[in-house]
Amino acid sequence: MNRLYGPLDDVAGDAGHVEHPPRVGFFTDTSVCIGCKACEVACKEWNAVPEDGLDLLGMSFDNTGMLGADSWRHVAFVEQPRRTAHQDPAFAGLPTGPSGIPETAGAVEPRLEAAPRGGSELGTNPLPPGGPEPQELGMPGFSRPGDLTGPESRTDFRWLMASDVCKHCTHAGCLDVCPTGALFRTEFGTVVVQQDLCNGCGYCVSGCPYGVIDRRQHDGRANKCTLCYDRLGDGLEPACAKACPTDSIQFGELDELRERADRRLAQLHDLGVSEARLYGRDPDDGVGGDGAFFLLLDEPEVYGLPPDPHVPTRDAPSMWKRAGQAAAAFLLAGAAAFLAGGRR
Amino acid sequence: MPEAEFRSYYGRPVLKAPVWEWKIAAYLFCGGLAAGASVVAAGADLTGRPALRRSSRLGSLGGLLASLYFLVSDLGRPARFHHMLRVLKPTSPMSVGTWILSAFGAGAGAAAVAEVVPRRWRGTWPARLLGRLARPLGVSAAATAPGVASYTAVLLSHTAVPGWNEVRDELPFVFVGSAAASGGGFGMLCAPVAEAGPARVFAAVGAAGEIVAARVMEHRLGLVGEVYREGHVGRLRKASEALTAAGLAGTLLVAHRSRAGAAASGIALLAGSALQRFGVFEAGVASTKDPKYVVVPQRERVDARTAPS
Amino acid sequence: MNSDCIVIMGSNMAEAHPVGFQWVMEAKGRGARVIHIDPRFTRTSAVADTYVPIRAGSDIAFLGGVIRYVLDNDLDFREYVAAYTNASFLVSEDFADTEDLDGLFSGYDPRTGAYERDSWYYEGTEPPRDDDGSRAKTFSEPFQAGASGAGVAGAHLAERDPTLQHPRCVFQVLKRHFARYTPEMVERVCGTPQEQFLDVCRAWTTNSNRDRTTALVYSVGWTQHSVGAQYIRAGAILQLLLGNIGRPGGGVFALRGHASIQGSTDIPTLFNLLPGYLAMPNVAHTDLDAWMADQRTGGHKGYGYDVDAYMVSLLKEYFGDAATPENDFGFDWLPRIDGDHGTYRTVMDMIDGKVSGYFVLGQNPAVGSAHGRLQRLGMANLDWLVVRDLNEIETATFWRDSPEIETGEIVPERCRTEVFLMPAASHVEKEGTFTQTQRMLQWRTKAVEPSGDRRSELWFAYHLGRLVRERLAGSTRERDQPMLNLAWDYATEGGHDGTGEWVEPSADDVLRRINGYDLTTGDLLPDYLGLKADGSTSCGCWIYSGVYAEGVNQAARRKSHTEQGPYDAEWGWTWPMNRRVLYNRASADPEGRPWSERKKLVWWDADEGAWTGYDIPDFPRNTPPGHRPPEDATGPEALSGDDPFIMQPDGKAWLFAPHGLLDGPLPTHYEPHESPVRNPLYGQQGNPTRKVYGRPDNPSNPAPPEAGSEVFPYVLTAARLTEHHTAGGMSRQLPYLSELQPALFVEVSPELARERGLTHLGDAHVVTSRSAVQARVVVTDRMAPLRIDGRVVHQVWLPYHFGHTGLVSGDVVNDLFGVVEDSNVFIQESKVATCDVRPGPRPRGPALRALLDEVRAAAGITVETGTRIATAPGVAHTEEGS
Repeated sequence: MNRLYGPLDDVAGDAGHVEHPPRVGFFTDTSVCIGCKACEVACKEWNAVPEDGLDLLGMSFDNTGMLGADSWRHVAFVEQPRRTAHQDPAFAGLPTGPSGIPETAGAVEPRLEAAPRGGSELGTNPLPPGGPEPQELGMPGFSRPGDLTGPESRTDFRWLMASDVCKHCTHAGCLDVCPTGALFRTEFGTVVVQQDLCNGCGYCVSGCPYGVIDRRQHDGRANKCTLCYDRLGDGLEPACAKACPTDSIQFGELDELRERADRRLAQLHDLGVSEARLYGRDPDDGVGGDGAFFLLLDEPEVYGLPPDPHVPTRDAPSMWKRAGQAAAAFLLAGAAAFLAGGRR
Repeated sequence: MPEAEFRSYYGRPVLKAPVWEWKIAAYLFCGGLAAGASVVAAGADLTGRPALRRSSRLGSLGGLLASLYFLVSDLGRPARFHHMLRVLKPTSPMSVGTWILSAFGAGAGAAAVAEVVPRRWRGTWPARLLGRLARPLGVSAAATAPGVASYTAVLLSHTAVPGWNEVRDELPFVFVGSAAASGGGFGMLCAPVAEAGPARVFAAVGAAGEIVAARVMEHRLGLVGEVYREGHVGRLRKASEALTAAGLAGTLLVAHRSRAGAAASGIALLAGSALQRFGVFEAGVASTKDPKYVVVPQRERVDARTAPS
Repeated sequence: MNSDCIVIMGSNMAEAHPVGFQWVMEAKGRGARVIHIDPRFTRTSAVADTYVPIRAGSDIAFLGGVIRYVLDNDLDFREYVAAYTNASFLVSEDFADTEDLDGLFSGYDPRTGAYERDSWYYEGTEPPRDDDGSRAKTFSEPFQAGASGAGVAGAHLAERDPTLQHPRCVFQVLKRHFARYTPEMVERVCGTPQEQFLDVCRAWTTNSNRDRTTALVYSVGWTQHSVGAQYIRAGAILQLLLGNIGRPGGGVFALRGHASIQGSTDIPTLFNLLPGYLAMPNVAHTDLDAWMADQRTGGHKGYGYDVDAYMVSLLKEYFGDAATPENDFGFDWLPRIDGDHGTYRTVMDMIDGKVSGYFVLGQNPAVGSAHGRLQRLGMANLDWLVVRDLNEIETATFWRDSPEIETGEIVPERCRTEVFLMPAASHVEKEGTFTQTQRMLQWRTKAVEPSGDRRSELWFAYHLGRLVRERLAGSTRERDQPMLNLAWDYATEGGHDGTGEWVEPSADDVLRRINGYDLTTGDLLPDYLGLKADGSTSCGCWIYSGVYAEGVNQAARRKSHTEQGPYDAEWGWTWPMNRRVLYNRASADPEGRPWSERKKLVWWDADEGAWTGYDIPDFPRNTPPGHRPPEDATGPEALSGDDPFIMQPDGKAWLFAPHGLLDGPLPTHYEPHESPVRNPLYGQQGNPTRKVYGRPDNPSNPAPPEAGSEVFPYVLTAARLTEHHTAGGMSRQLPYLSELQPALFVEVSPELARERGLTHLGDAHVVTSRSAVQARVVVTDRMAPLRIDGRVVHQVWLPYHFGHTGLVSGDVVNDLFGVVEDSNVFIQESKVATCDVRPGPRPRGPALRALLDEVRAAAGITVETGTRIATAPGVAHTEEGS
């Protein structure tokens, strides 16, 4: 067992909790998400997270954009000219032309680029008012959701929705790099910021391989999902899971959720939905498995998730080793310079 | 080079761009300067170069104070900077760095203060004690200076930011080189030519190392190398290399015979070092703003793993 | 949850009813197929197995096509149809179908624009004495048939052909009526490709039999049409043919628009209904007997016959001891209908200066009602207006910030209306019941005291009544007697300050009084079966009787589903008598045995001599399946053992409606009032009985055969988003909801965007003859063009939540719609109109009116446009200006 990365059976125990409840988390089954955003609202209500910008983003029905200090749940909406196995072609036989998805993405991207943090502040900051005027850009340079198929007359269509949340990693980049101990591992195995300790150094923001945690404007402290630590303490499930009408967000003991997810995946594969996959379920992945993991219907990057994240701490030993070598060289150079120069 | 094919969520970044501002780049530079200067100061002290010692000790403290100012003022809650001292956390380079800086700061600070005790207080016992302790404290600062010079590289690389994380093997060498160049350059700028010989050597070795390490770093980088080469960052780093190279040339060719030449070379090295830090800093920020630097390498990794062998 | 297939049509259930949608997902998880038929690909479509595109306003053509498919292929549930529906009943020889009259039924009177319905009756029955279609069209009489069923004298005596072969039996009439609704015709009218249509037919029919059931779900996407009532009729006919009514997993689910809208029709806020769907008396009802005679039209059977007990008990509840047999239990104190007092007519009357005051409670007509401009101009011409709401909504601020300020049509300094804004307590600040879509009453307790001056509706109504009564005290004027005789003595629970005159009335006491009392003993009634017509019982709403049975607030029950049976009978309380599935007698065969083990619900237990099952049987408990009543029996005693539809005068479900509807005994596809195409099925273009109001302030876009329809080439439809609440009064003020949908947008297909030069996130304006509305463009693949009758037709969609106050604002989408209504229930056609879409922002101020003048001129629109409602050859009727 390596405590910096890889599988870890007892995260809370590893963090020093002696007698502790089982590790809990979320299994978000995006195949049954209806995009109602009740999770976003319930989360904000319960945790008193501030409103963060009244922007029409043009990203389908997503006007939240991304997880951030002021968005602890984020529902992604992806429109694609393809269909899931059990679905019938939506627009077959209609007088349709080519898909408009490249055009819409082409109108969104310049607005994001014009934002101070490249659009990664969505969920913290409003976009600059107006932004550049949307233009008809023709085919954009990069492939976006759905670009990989391009029938002249669109027939297939699907609309993916997925509620994203902090992953509560087994090896959490944010927690590892926090210099004040404000971020800590709870007895439930979750990762929480202690607001009375955080001094807003911002290191966690760059430590997170998922782009989840961020510093709150006008407050200066880091904020993210607490997996409703206060509710857990009272034996309640987190607000988002409670509010989810279709059980897309399932809360429970992580071991049990993993079994449930495996069964659901097998069921979908049996139905021919071969593109269904679990994301963050594998304890052997770069973060030792997520406490909040997902069933997705496309590649993670389509939902804005990194395909193969790893905790930076994985490379800490080698980084310090290289730093040590460099430090030695530095000292050596200094010593040599004076030795060569001799006494005066 | 053909555009990379990849998929994303409306072209939106996957990662959060660092919340750090230019102050962090300035902090990197000032910390490096402090480290380099402290080595020069200790060496000068031990080898009897009082002018070099004095200016380098002061430069070291100045660099340290500036870096602390930049660091603290970039906090979301500056009044809580001391929370850094609650814990020592090996997994957090910032925590480790805080303690290294603390250890360094005690020595570098005391040694510098010893230089500026007003004449009329020099007879008092605390001043005499300080005078006696200045050397060991200065040497202790020099002993921790390599940590100060190199930890900032780990600080940046120990993140999910592709532009920093993927240069983790070379960045320490770039940063110590930059620190040495700036520390030596500072000595050349402030001390007489006669005393500054070791500073010139130190600066030259540092500058050369920095240029080589940076070249290796860029050369080895894959897709994310774009952020180091292109646009604003590319211009910054080209300027940095040019200044450092010029400073190096000046150091080797004119600094030993011309006070003005030495000063100019020192300034060039300092500027080159500063631009190096800003360049690396900005490169990392840029690498978070475009999802391709996150998605493409990771996708390639996944595909390589899952590809039928 | 028990369904094998769920067809969702005219409803965006996942978005507008996300909580109820969990059961659809549950059923889907158990293997049910989910089909969504809609003009747009919505969040409902996203999780459905099959999305089927359709043109807004063409649903009857689609459903008619499915009916034809069922009948042509003998796929109906024949035993069910023969036994439980009126399929075997013979229709009068005088009846002529739309097939014969090019889109009209027999009896159309071109003078009145209404039907004389004598010819629609069963062979061997008497039409009612005074069947005046035009009066019914003024009074919205069909709406009143809710409680007692539409009366058909001697319906149980009608001639029948159990073999369903007689050419005039309903089954054969149905076959002929829908013969032309072929898959080709469906494609021509609806734009739905034949293959997709046939796929739906196959799924629907293969999942409807003894072992399987299909549920049909609709919402206001069906109702808000000028043929709205017939949409639902078409769905009901189909579900009856397939045996999907009264059975687990079957049914027609009318999803209500928002919390307790069901409750507000049960205990109504409508001009023509009393609680429990009892008919509001009209001017012809000189006394209680006259009213009763109208309700009973000829000795029919079923529970509807007992309206006397329901009405007298209601009067006893209203007037208490003042209601006596001698004074007809105060029947005279009830108001009388003397004309159209529907909401839209009332608004026009405001403009015409006939209305002086207006209460608006929990509604935002300035934004949420069709033709917002008409609403605002009406409200600007009142003496006073009371608005009770959580926030200062547009209806309270129209006099200073409506779009008409910009155009100069309303001048704040000169607006004569005095507006009283009364802050309302929210649902967590008061107690009472919600009645949800499933007819379930759920009690909720008060979580917090209302802040500031916020008060409950109950408080407002109670004290308003109290103050009016105090003001009128001692009056001997006849008009004041209803108020003075009200039993206005509700229990109170201390005021917001604990004491004094501003006490809070007890919601619990109100619920008890709705449940009703046996006045001889003072006991709460166990159910409505105990209601008497002699004044010995009181009951505020007969269908709710039993909600306080045994002195227990049944609506407050919260037993976990893990601790009770499959139908969760101890969670809340469902009217009537806590039945979860209406007409569930139909879940058993005529002999009383379940149709199948898999779809077992209630059945006859011969040993017990009673009906039993998982649900509470919706049938006289001890009437055996083989029971045949004597000919002179009335009311419940007249029900045969195989008459599951106990509210119908013949005990059967009506495939053919001999009475009760004003626009035909069978649904027929008519084009919407505003349509870009000529009706491909008939010469009759639109509903020939629809209510149009030809006024200068209510122009219509031309529809074929009128000229000028090309000026508005696109089909316009509007609906809701999950993120906002109807007219926005409860969401645009809330940051957490506003940020989720922060701006008004218009959804267009990529094809339309290219045609009109619209860019994603750019501005555009949607134009009708009423107004132009500016919105951000959202180009999306979710919208697709259709091919209608050979030409490509685009549809555009906007959410209608936006107005001019709140954290996020936008133009009022309802300004785009005019007022045209279905003749049965006066529902406005706000789900479909025609429009144009133009890039860029709309003109503002007087320039907006100039633009509208211009488009109206271009389309040749006059006051007469749209009023020629009869277009079948040889028949012409033009509604007079009103």
